[in-house]
Amino acid sequence: MSEILVLVDHVDGAVRKTTTELLTIARRLGEPSAVFVGAGIDAARETLAAYGADKIYILDSDALTDYLVVPQAEALAQLMASASPAAVLVPSTPEAREVAARLAVKTESGLITDAVDVQPGPDGSPLTTQSVFAGGFTVQASVTRGTPIVIVKPNSATPEQTAGAAVEETVDVVVSEGAKTAQVVKREPRTKSGRPELTEAAIVVSGGRGTGGDFSDVEALADALGAAVGASRAAVDSGWYPHSYQVGQTGKTVSPQLYVANGISGAIQHRAGMQTARTIVAVNKDAEAPIFELVDFGVVGDLKQVLPQATEEIARRKG
Amino acid sequence: MKIVVCVKHVPDATAKRSFDAADHTVDRAGVDGLLSELDEYAVEEALTIAAAGDGEVVVLTVGPEQALDAARKSLQMGAHAAVHVVDDAVHGSDAFGTSLVLAKAVEKIGSDTSVDIVLCGMASTDGAMGVVPAMLAERLGLPQVTFAAEVTIDSTKVTARRDGDVATETVEATMPLVLSVTDQINEPRYPSFKGIMAAKKKTVETWSLADLGVDPSEVGLAASWTSVQEVAARPPRSHGEVVTDDGDGGRQLVEYLAGQKLI
Ligand SMILES: Cc1cc2nc3c(=O)[nH]c(=O)nc-3n(C[C@H](O)[C@H](O)[C@H](O)COP(=O)(O)OP(=O)(O)OC[C@H]3O[C@@H](n4cnc5c(N)ncnc54)[C@H](O)[C@@H]3O)c2cc1C
Ligand SMILES: Nc1ncnc2c1ncn2[C@@H]1O[C@H](COP(=O)(O)O)[C@@H](O)[C@H]1O
Repeated sequence: MSEILVLVDHVDGAVRKTTTELLTIARRLGEPSAVFVGAGIDAARETLAAYGADKIYILDSDALTDYLVVPQAEALAQLMASASPAAVLVPSTPEAREVAARLAVKTESGLITDAVDVQPGPDGSPLTTQSVFAGGFTVQASVTRGTPIVIVKPNSATPEQTAGAAVEETVDVVVSEGAKTAQVVKREPRTKSGRPELTEAAIVVSGGRGTGGDFSDVEALADALGAAVGASRAAVDSGWYPHSYQVGQTGKTVSPQLYVANGISGAIQHRAGMQTARTIVAVNKDAEAPIFELVDFGVVGDLKQVLPQATEEIARRKG
Repeated sequence: MKIVVCVKHVPDATAKRSFDAADHTVDRAGVDGLLSELDEYAVEEALTIAAAGDGEVVVLTVGPEQALDAARKSLQMGAHAAVHVVDDAVHGSDAFGTSLVLAKAVEKIGSDTSVDIVLCGMASTDGAMGVVPAMLAERLGLPQVTFAAEVTIDSTKVTARRDGDVATETVEATMPLVLSVTDQINEPRYPSFKGIMAAKKKTVETWSLADLGVDPSEVGLAASWTSVQEVAARPPRSHGEVVTDDGDGGRQLVEYLAGQKLI
């Protein structure tokens, strides 16, 4: 069986859910090796082992985290040369996708972006599924040159626990001076909302221009459902909700079990970020709003009435 | 200061987009195209930077005949000159091929006076791979500052704010560099009547692969490092039930969720 590298997405060692998804996918293709860049391995070890990492490569050097993209691409190219993996799986964060892009050029390897599913193809190499044109088409593709590098979207697999040997190997990275060009001089962590993370949440409740700027009804329903809160670009552009909560083409792509759109018309760019949700529900006062073309269930009505009633009803049922 | 802005001509997102039945490439003939909206932010940023320091903005587009429209619109917004790389061999190129052609063209544009900034959009609205800027930087051997939501320039130092998933970063780099900007950075201007008239007199250079010294076998569908096996239209979502709220819409909504075991 061949080695599959998985670039770990973590915050100071707290492994994000997408990594457990990538490890699960890697298991289908070969033997998962986690690639852990930066400090915090002590906090990450257990999760990586629980989700099947047979090996953990530890790359801990300030150069890798103090400068954008290039040092990581160099380090991974060195690791690819020594480990000769059968494929490399990368999460779809902005930083990781660019590391993947540079890595692909350096190693002359084919790159597939934003896979929503990855399965072993007839020859064992990854056969990927992508969702393109705002979710209107699905494309199956494979890599024909070099080592397949695949950028995988969140929620592309259900994480499965399988104990991995998690043998650790510290990799000495050599970062060239030329790679230390774009320096991160300040990093301010985002304040946590206390709600589930948007891209990982099983349920997303979002609000648009129809909220008129008051997100309290949306937030209350989200909390009753244990959901993350999302927003349309119109709501973000109006300054009603932070940009990091924007769902859509230029925001986050979400693929939850349930997406509840409130006061959102359903523009193509918004759809691009939520169309793959399992179940879609909308509340909109305009019966002609395009969002109703997508819904499994819709309520034509004023969200200021409908949402509080729904929140109350959930509370009543929970008793 | 010399700034090259890479702009892409894309099929209109609100039109019905599709794939060529024969070779699985994006059908660019069947629908109307336009300057990728996300590249307007790059053009706007280039114009702002240039205006502050007597700079020159050259737009660069790689694509078929119609792609000229994207360059034209950028000229109408205020860019000074345009380069259109058009060659039948480019058809079907992926990000590897595209970034190679862009890199060679940037080098050629910089052969008289060197290029200080190569500006890109955050992603093209059709391919939406968002990897061309990083590949271009790799090929040019330049630093990259990508997904900038705010940029300040102090002589040759570029400082950018990046709004990441878990943190907001401030990044510093020096020119020359590749810079990509998000739709948070500015409000792109509309071409004015004056701008439209002035654009008619601006030069558009048309280059082929031979002009760039790129071997046609390095680009195009055949040189692609990935291969598409299958393309399928996603079955339209089946229409669900839509009720009109007459006093118990909220309860009906919850009833539906409960029926689907979502609560
Ligand atoms: C390049 C590009 C990228 C873009 N990226 C994104 C993106 O990532 N995400 C995104 O969302 N958009 C994006 N957009 C913008 C998109 O085209 C739409 O403009 C935007 O999604 C509209 O937001 P909205 O639905 O909240 O507002 P509107 O379209 O104004 O819709 C508001 C809706 O609220 C309803 N409403 C009003 N009052 C009430 C009430 N009291 N109760 C119930 N319903 C009510 C109205 O009937 C209407 O349907 C992008 C656009 C471009 C050009
Ligand atoms: N054919 C092209 N011609 C000029 N610029 C391009 C082309 N393709 C991509 N770009 C640039 O690269 C950015 C990202 O594109 P992409 O990686 O395709 O999403 C775009 O916003 C453009 O600035």
